Amino acid sequence: MIGFSVNGKRVDLDVEPSTPLLWVIREQLGLTGTKYGCGMAQCGACTVHINGEAVRSCVAPVARAAGKSVTTIEGLSPDLTNPLQLAWLEEDVPQCGYCQSGQLMSAAVLLRDKPTPTDEDIDEAMTGNLCRCGTYPRIRRAIHRAAELAAKAGAR
Amino acid sequence: MIGLKSVGRKTSAGIERRDFLKVSVAASGGLLIGFHFPGVSALASAQPSSANSFMPNAFVRIGSDERITVIVNHSEMGQGVYTSLPMLLADELDADWSKVGYEPAPVDPKYNHPAFGMQITGGSSSVWSGLDQFRQAGAAARAMLVGAAAQQWEVDASALRTDNGAVLNGAKRLTYGQLAAAASKLTPPAHVQLKDPKDFKLIGKPIKRLDTSIKLNGKAEFGIDVKLPGMLNAVIARPPIFGAKMKSFDDARARSLPGVRKIVAIPAGVAVIADTFWQAKVARDALRIEWDEGSMHDFDTGKMMQDFRERAKTPGTSVRKDGDAVAALASSAKKIEAVYEVPYLSHLMMEPLNCTVDLRADSCEVWTGSQFQTVDRANAAKIAGLPPEKVQLHTTFLGGGFGRRANPQSDFVVEAVYVAKAVGAPVKVIWTREDDMAGGWYRPAFLHAIQGGIDESGNAISWKSTLVGQSIMAGTPFAAMMMKGKAYDPASVEGVDDLPYSIPNVTVQSHQAEVGVPVQWLRSVGHSHTAFAVECFVDEMAALAGKDPYQFRRALLQKQPRYLGVLDLAAQKAGWGQPLPKGVGRGIAVHFAFGSYSAHVAEVSVDDNKVRVHRMVCAIDCGQYVNPGIIAAQTEGGAIFGASAALFQELTFENGRLQQTNFNTFPVLRMNECPEIETHIVENNEKAGGIGEPGVPCAAPSIANAIFAATGKRIRRLPIRMTEAV
Repeated sequence: MIGFSVNGKRVDLDVEPSTPLLWVIREQLGLTGTKYGCGMAQCGACTVHINGEAVRSCVAPVARAAGKSVTTIEGLSPDLTNPLQLAWLEEDVPQCGYCQSGQLMSAAVLLRDKPTPTDEDIDEAMTGNLCRCGTYPRIRRAIHRAAELAAKAGAR
Repeated sequence: MIGLKSVGRKTSAGIERRDFLKVSVAASGGLLIGFHFPGVSALASAQPSSANSFMPNAFVRIGSDERITVIVNHSEMGQGVYTSLPMLLADELDADWSKVGYEPAPVDPKYNHPAFGMQITGGSSSVWSGLDQFRQAGAAARAMLVGAAAQQWEVDASALRTDNGAVLNGAKRLTYGQLAAAASKLTPPAHVQLKDPKDFKLIGKPIKRLDTSIKLNGKAEFGIDVKLPGMLNAVIARPPIFGAKMKSFDDARARSLPGVRKIVAIPAGVAVIADTFWQAKVARDALRIEWDEGSMHDFDTGKMMQDFRERAKTPGTSVRKDGDAVAALASSAKKIEAVYEVPYLSHLMMEPLNCTVDLRADSCEVWTGSQFQTVDRANAAKIAGLPPEKVQLHTTFLGGGFGRRANPQSDFVVEAVYVAKAVGAPVKVIWTREDDMAGGWYRPAFLHAIQGGIDESGNAISWKSTLVGQSIMAGTPFAAMMMKGKAYDPASVEGVDDLPYSIPNVTVQSHQAEVGVPVQWLRSVGHSHTAFAVECFVDEMAALAGKDPYQFRRALLQKQPRYLGVLDLAAQKAGWGQPLPKGVGRGIAVHFAFGSYSAHVAEVSVDDNKVRVHRMVCAIDCGQYVNPGIIAAQTEGGAIFGASAALFQELTFENGRLQQTNFNTFPVLRMNECPEIETHIVENNEKAGGIGEPGVPCAAPSIANAIFAATGKRIRRLPIRMTEAV
């Protein structure tokens, strides 16, 4: 049995420890917001947080999550009120939408570490997340916008 | 704002087959309006099965709860049809936009594409083909709601007006939800009056997409996310070489692995069915298969391109002949020739192919991100041994499509039905990224040799194009329809057959190469390579004439106002002619595709043979448009898609085997490589054109031409490698 918490809820699973966390999240836990794109940490569609750090769950064995706290896109906010989600809505970012869970999860760690990121910070943090539709310019704008929204909320 | 769940057994249950112009009360107690527009398109009525063109369409459901559901017959793959098509309907309906939602249409002839005669999403055609359909459906629904209110108030309908989801009579007001049941008892109008465009409230405005919020919290359901009770998962070992056949397989080890339920040979290869995808994948990789490698065992793309080069030296099938290009070349004061080469490309949607099937004795349900519902259902039915009506195909969200999910053989659907047949339980087949990349149906590789000549004054007087490449239509069930009796595939030469420049002598010839690599339409299809060759060569001719590449084009486009419009707009917005930082060059390109005109100006520098695209200024003229926000998104996305191909992408084969496997060997442009992109829209009232694809073609030539401006070196092969520049 491997135990960890997912979006604040404790789970104990009887699963092969080498199974990638991605597939445990998707298949055993039924949280399909986290996506499969490449299986080799090339595209970032599977990005989740383990103890607050961005992890490519397609190459992370589930054993790595044991005893830790995992956050998926479903846990980013209960009601689309994370500043990133608000900014993504404002900028109408997604096209097909498939990569956006991973984009948001990477951006969340960026904003936590750098509340007012520069374009270079965005390049560095987001370059591991591919988008085939080409939403990068809007993602960049939305991250800057989310930083503003978060700052305003903090000031209040 | 309502984003209805797109997938599920109940999704389309509310919509039943309906007769011509019949209206009835939907399960929710609301109004479902069926429409039919005879003779919507000449093409549709020209279809052999023209009986289909008289079937009704059904596009809107109005609930007593005020919810307005627009039933969309095109697939949402990022291009925004779940917003733009509802906008058309809602505007004519005078709906309260906050109550408008969408639902994917089931497969039914009434949802056929009015121009293509089947249910399909492609050719950048959703908006222009839906323009009348969706507006008329909205206007008719509005007329019936007004009629119901008139009856209730015992007044003449002409005294009433509508606004924001309600019918108004002075201070009196009845909402559409309140009127839905009564309206459903009325006869639909034979004729409806459409709005004067000046009264549009939604059309033409940058309305936010309806499908955004569910793409930000993991709730949007893509094909790969479909879950059914008792569902198993399958991964298939497919041949490593196109045309190879399975001789035998050893599954001793695979069978002993956890979760494995069944291992079975199907026409596509060997399917491993397990409880979970991961178990199936691990077991699939443990299979030992012996293949009969077949005739492609020594296929090599390097050798193929060499053959193409030789073939281009011989006369091909005539596509276009104005004047005498050969004689004019001979008499030219200066001439040049160049050979352009582009590789096979993978569509590489972020969501790999997948399909879920629940096959029962007398029914079959299929869930997948399809761009080709009519064909996929028919092919699924054939394998299931059922009539198509017994097959329900649920269109999920598509994690990118780019043409791959409109496969003439429904490859990814058919094999899933075979698996379901073999296993006797609901099953989802998922392709790994590597499976998806190796699975074929690529943009064909092309070689395009061009010779050009100018006179003493630097005027272009001769152009001779010879193309060599595979046909995407030949051998498909659509060859007859799409090739229209021509001896060549129009999709191979589109974008050069209509060369717009005023050159008196133009010859275009095509060679159809027979190569056993399955090929298919990929975003912008033939334009993805013809624009590269044509626009790079025009630039070479400008240099030969000693003229500015923008002004050279201008002079040759004087009879082409819409080409000129985008060309001028892009040049002006980019500051053409104004100084740039040292080492940066500007390149320009213009092209017409899918009913729309596009021009790009790229700013590029090259450092240590590494190309950096700094800025792309895009001008687009797609005629009347519906949502400028979506147009900008598609134009940006198209430019990035084209830039990815230009800078990085190539599929190669050695010993019959694909050499690329994943994003590390077939890269996609990343955030840190993404240029600044601007989109400028030409305002006019021309016929609506497409927007999903027209942004792609100019990317490669504008970048290549900018490299010339920056370095003096010409790019004649994609992907761009400075070590090959001449």
